[in-house]
Amino acid sequence: MTSIGQRIERRLPLIVVSPLFALSLFFVYGFIAWTIYISFTKSGVMPVYTLNGLAQYDRLWATPRWYVALRNLFIFSGLFISISMAIGILLAILLDQRVRAEGVIRTIYLYPMALSFIVTGTVWKWILNPGLGIERLMRQAGFEGFTFDWLVNSDYAIYTVVIAAVWQSSGYAMALFLAGLRSVDDEILKAAAIDGAGPLRVYTRIVLPSLHPVFLSTIIILAHLAIKSFDLVIALTGGGPGYATDMPATFMYAFAFQRSELGVAAASAVMMLMTVSAIIVPYLYSELRGARK
Amino acid sequence: MFHGNRILPLVAVAGLALGGAARAEPTVEVLHWWTSGGEAKAVGELKNSFEAAGGTWIDSPIAGGGGDAAMTALRARVVAGNPPTAVQLKGPGIQEWAEQGALNDVQDVATAEDWDAVLPPALAAIMKYNGNYVAAPVNIHRVDWIWANPEVLAKAGIEAMPTTWDEFNAAADKLMAAGITPLAHGGQPWQDATIFEDVVLGVGGADFFRKALVELDNDALTSDTMVAAFDQLRKMRGYVDPNFSGRDWNLATGMVMRGEAAFQIMGDWAKGEFLAAGKVPGKDFICAPTPGQGFVLNSDSFTFFKVKGDDNIKGQKLLASLIMSPEFQKTFNLAKGSIPARTDVALDAFDDCAKLSHADLLKAIEADTLVPSMAHEMAVSRSVRGEFLDLVTEFFNSDMSSQDAVQQLADAVKRAM
Repeated sequence: MTSIGQRIERRLPLIVVSPLFALSLFFVYGFIAWTIYISFTKSGVMPVYTLNGLAQYDRLWATPRWYVALRNLFIFSGLFISISMAIGILLAILLDQRVRAEGVIRTIYLYPMALSFIVTGTVWKWILNPGLGIERLMRQAGFEGFTFDWLVNSDYAIYTVVIAAVWQSSGYAMALFLAGLRSVDDEILKAAAIDGAGPLRVYTRIVLPSLHPVFLSTIIILAHLAIKSFDLVIALTGGGPGYATDMPATFMYAFAFQRSELGVAAASAVMMLMTVSAIIVPYLYSELRGARK
Repeated sequence: MFHGNRILPLVAVAGLALGGAARAEPTVEVLHWWTSGGEAKAVGELKNSFEAAGGTWIDSPIAGGGGDAAMTALRARVVAGNPPTAVQLKGPGIQEWAEQGALNDVQDVATAEDWDAVLPPALAAIMKYNGNYVAAPVNIHRVDWIWANPEVLAKAGIEAMPTTWDEFNAAADKLMAAGITPLAHGGQPWQDATIFEDVVLGVGGADFFRKALVELDNDALTSDTMVAAFDQLRKMRGYVDPNFSGRDWNLATGMVMRGEAAFQIMGDWAKGEFLAAGKVPGKDFICAPTPGQGFVLNSDSFTFFKVKGDDNIKGQKLLASLIMSPEFQKTFNLAKGSIPARTDVALDAFDDCAKLSHADLLKAIEADTLVPSMAHEMAVSRSVRGEFLDLVTEFFNSDMSSQDAVQQLADAVKRAM
């Protein structure tokens, strides 16, 4: 009797986890496999299952709009991740100086994260619109020559997406770093102070290097926000002017649902998956291997 | 087919007579995305007529993304073998589904009621697959309209609506000089494409339009006429205000209404905005066709999917017959602001713009200058249309030369075909 009870107890974690495992196997990896398969077929308005070689990839890489989407993804994620982290660290360090009313300030900085990207996008659309927002305000204030028309300028529109996304997410980066800073052992800091290290040196040499895991999780969280950025682009610029702020996600949506080109859309999805794995897998590998040592 | 002729009136009568009885009732499930304002009201009219004829109406409105969400739902349901009876689906999209074998034809109803005699041939061709009607049109929207604010035109000393693009440019230059935005426009790809196709019609004429934008003839796409059309589009870019990016079309209509801009080039759904604001055609706003002798056709239709079961088939046929009935065409289009797809419906209750539209439609059928709209999914498949939209909007928002545009357009179209 006891052996059955023990056996169940030993297997319990497995039993509890397995439905979830099966579901994610099917709904995540199953559909990834399905998408990869579709990308090699001639699917248009409906999925078809006869293989058609690499035609959809040829088509994808001959489409100028795809290059715009890719370039935007790299510009956006590069700037978004680095600026959000820089602002996050700076704010966290400043808040870490035991300022008064820290709770209130922290909440204010973190608050944008509570908004949906749709709200952020709509608000910034109004702020950045030359006829409604900053430009008009400055001109009314007497600066007649003031121009800030990035939102409607094809060459700069992608940077307005960066501005809105940074505004939304740097408070979150700050919260992560602040938690990291608070977890640094006081003893070490005291020892450093006794050794005569200044505040700058303490931060650059001791505190930040010890925040290594926080950097990893922040980068991964921000990177996945960047790659799946769809709602922000739709709300802020609608992919425009023209398709100047198209991203791979909006590209895929347009081809799958607006143009009845499931094959090209699937090919672009596979390219996105490969891009993500090309960046994340080596990084995770090195991090995990480093952790094991 | 032959006995179908005789059965059909019986079916319709049975539907009427046995409405509440225990026999198989005509039932339809209608998938559409007309969920707001005049459109919702227009669908309501159809539902009322259908129920008055003793049928059961299951409404499946799926709003969002200008029909994209509904198309996604449709795809899933067809794959699952459970399609709705009728779907709001138009243009070459009908052929795409027909090729998948997903449609039922209603040819017996069409033959009995002689649809061929009352529909414009260009429109009838779009509704048919292999010579049989698989869809029924509910309305005709004209795309090549130019809307104007007469007060603003008078201020700038413009007496007549332009009838050539040169006259349009001259008028626009005058407006610029008077400090008024000549063209109210919203920078969304479909709006850019709307202007583009109206320009192509004006510059090249109906035959050229058909060759380039419908038959996708490579010579026509790379011709000097096409270059000239892009040159004109480049000029139009200079006539819009700096904040046009991403603006919705109804906001642009508002600019004309308030006198902030003089013209808007938009289909006749813009009329609904003017009328809703209590404006009177001819007095508060002017409607005129864009330069070019022709008529760019846009039409909504219901497409009949492959359903099984007596009640569903009966419902499908009853719906087809109702959609094409003159009374329904009249009430529906009064609610939606378009004109009836049937050319034999009296337009006494309609406004002046609709009457002009109808007169021009008859003229265009006569002169064979009726062309299907590329920008509104009447002429080419969604994939080719997408390439047109990408290129036109890229051209409109950059300093691409017309020669480059023509070459890239031809390449893009080839890729999508």
